[in-house]
Amino acid sequence: MSQGRLLLKLELCSNAEMLSVVRHALGQLAEIEGFSSAECRAVVLAVDEALTNIIRHAYSGEEGRPIQVSFRRIEAPQDGRQRRGLEIVLEDRGKKVDQATLCGRCLEEVRPGGLGLHFIKECMDTVEFRRKVGKNQLRLVKLLDVAKLGKGA
Amino acid sequence: MKTVKISARRLDKMTIFDISGDVDLATSPELRKALLSELREARMPRVILNLKAVRYVDSSGVASLVEGLKVSRDLGARLILYGLSTSVREVLQLSRLLKIFEICESEEQAVSP
Repeated sequence: MSQGRLLLKLELCSNAEMLSVVRHALGQLAEIEGFSSAECRAVVLAVDEALTNIIRHAYSGEEGRPIQVSFRRIEAPQDGRQRRGLEIVLEDRGKKVDQATLCGRCLEEVRPGGLGLHFIKECMDTVEFRRKVGKNQLRLVKLLDVAKLGKGA
Repeated sequence: MKTVKISARRLDKMTIFDISGDVDLATSPELRKALLSELREARMPRVILNLKAVRYVDSSGVASLVEGLKVSRDLGARLILYGLSTSVREVLQLSRLLKIFEICESEEQAVSP
């Protein structure tokens, strides 16, 4: 995990008002990395939802708790070839994530809530959770289209 | 840092909310409060959301819209959305909730009888 070239590292507090700041920074980073407008929106949505989950669930809405987000350019194998992608790792020191609550909800139900994880899974190619030395760690990967390899920084 | 603006226009038996900016964890409570107040307290039979200037909506924003929709149905009112940006439409599609909302292409269509 977390091999590749570090592009950006953010240390922020669990404050909902920081979400827009992260969205703007990430939107620009994803664009520089060569993702399409739709892919940029998908990556931004996934990370925004992951941060929202940390603030709401891991920290139970408590403000001022630490969140670390790192963004790396990686090469990952898919379908027998190497693909370039963006790896995003989010870490918090909040409550242990209950795996049973991470399955998302039935989308046939018309009710508020429970959509965040569904959005993350739909938007990203890889979604991995782990608990490591008192930290929750969420690893997200979005791969570039093969046709776009060579573009970007 | 406030990233959403909500203003209301009250017409005959309907309210139009003009919303601009981002609807996320920080700002969706404001949208929820405005929407539910107009439905439950003002008992407005038609509430219209002008989303033309909404750049971003996340799951908490969608949850506010769904709650507004459920309350409007309970009260026999109509909740109408119009002016969906690509970004907002994508998120509603992703939630598979696009089809449950009454969506219009324009304000003229939304206010028509």
